[in-house]
Amino acid sequence: MKLELRSVSKSFFSGGRPQKALMDVSFDTDFPHVLALIGPSGGGKSTLLRILAGLTSPDSGEVMIDGAFLPKAERELRAYRSRLGVVFQAYNLFPHMTALANVMLPLVQVHGIPEAEARGRALQIMERLGLADHADKHPLQLSGGQSQRVAIARALAPKPELLLFDEPTSALDPEMTAEVLKLIAELKESHTPMILVTHEIGFARKIADRIAFLAEGRVLEEGVAAEFFADPRSEEARRFLAKVLAY
Amino acid sequence: MKGSALFLDRAGHPSPPWLEKLWIVLVFALLALLCSFTLGGSAVFTAGGWESVWKFREVFWKGWVLTIVISTLSLVLSVLIGSLAALLRRSPVLPLRSASVLYVELIRGTPLLTQILFLYYAVAASVGLQYRLVAGVLILSLFSGAYLSEMIRAGIEGVPAAQWESARAIGLTPWQCYRFVILPQALRQILPPLAGQFASLIKDSSLLSIIGIGEFTLAAQQVNSATYRTLESYLPLALGYLALTLPVSILAKALERRLRHEA
Repeated sequence: MKLELRSVSKSFFSGGRPQKALMDVSFDTDFPHVLALIGPSGGGKSTLLRILAGLTSPDSGEVMIDGAFLPKAERELRAYRSRLGVVFQAYNLFPHMTALANVMLPLVQVHGIPEAEARGRALQIMERLGLADHADKHPLQLSGGQSQRVAIARALAPKPELLLFDEPTSALDPEMTAEVLKLIAELKESHTPMILVTHEIGFARKIADRIAFLAEGRVLEEGVAAEFFADPRSEEARRFLAKVLAY
Repeated sequence: MKGSALFLDRAGHPSPPWLEKLWIVLVFALLALLCSFTLGGSAVFTAGGWESVWKFREVFWKGWVLTIVISTLSLVLSVLIGSLAALLRRSPVLPLRSASVLYVELIRGTPLLTQILFLYYAVAASVGLQYRLVAGVLILSLFSGAYLSEMIRAGIEGVPAAQWESARAIGLTPWQCYRFVILPQALRQILPPLAGQFASLIKDSSLLSIIGIGEFTLAAQQVNSATYRTLESYLPLALGYLALTLPVSILAKALERRLRHEA
């Protein structure tokens, strides 16, 4: 999958003052399976992911995915979003629905698949992700790891062209983190391209084909994962890796 | 058990829940006894009073039923008005938002009685609305809708932003976001205060007697002026309202408890 960014900027208002999350970001990348966005907190990783997810638009600049411009009008953006799967840090399941209903909702309401067929497809995916026993439970009855797997099932069910993960294990304890990371690693085999924001540097190193390193609103480095970890070019990346890999 | 445990509920020495309920009954009985002594000896509570009022039971019954009808219709209509006002309040279009703010502030800033007099005698008359009952239900709905819109807005805003985000992420339209994700969750927040609002509506509808709508309060006034039996006319009135509002407020409390347990 090819990703091209041209002078992408994005600011937020926080406390009445604009905060620059992305500053004139330009980079090209081409990854077969997995691109990992890593870097210190507040560096712009999540903002970039939200732009790629079509949840927010850059203030200026262009984004191209496989040669097609990311749409700007809300209607087209919505159609674009329906072709993606997004997994959030806090799972963001709909608490008033069963796990099964969560997975079925996009199939029925967005993709117009008949109820019975959608149910079959949702159950099939949930079974694959080891969730067969939890289909009729509500999110409050699920553990964090189970919740995140339901969220992944919800994202996978419509057969997305691209999967986006926003710190999918940050809210989980180590055991559940392992459970979710194992699942993401398995998904790599299904050949749906994935973009992953993560603090699990060891995991990024293992699974990612390419790495983009973001700090202070800029992409400081982009390259093949193995090369990036063996020999980071930027001073910031070197310092970051030294810090997070120290223990 | 010490004697004080029968009438004290302190931290560290909690009283059983039934004791509190027992005390409510006891205090009520005491109050009733007191009333029967003071009123029983006076001229307002004379022999034969209840018989003459009993003849008008049909009037009471019709008024009581009309009060239920008015309150129920107004509840339904005010939920619609309140939802609309809440959605307008959240609209990105400033004139719509301002209209909603103005509506809520005007209604909440003036007494219901003033609104009834003004809207019925000044506005309804000039637009040719002759049906008292229709005007009454409309006025009450407008009044209650303003309060409901704030409850509905609080309910909608109580749904975490992350829910909007994931609803949008799966490709739902704004209307679908409301329909499948936001409103079902907001409703659980809104239901208990909505039941409370229904109790308020039942009580507030009594003010419609001022424009000659034959609901419960006007019925009691008519019985009073026909029989000159004040206590015998107005005691059933109070009890009739309590018979409606107590179940509703018990329901509201039960809903609130259920919501707390589920959350």
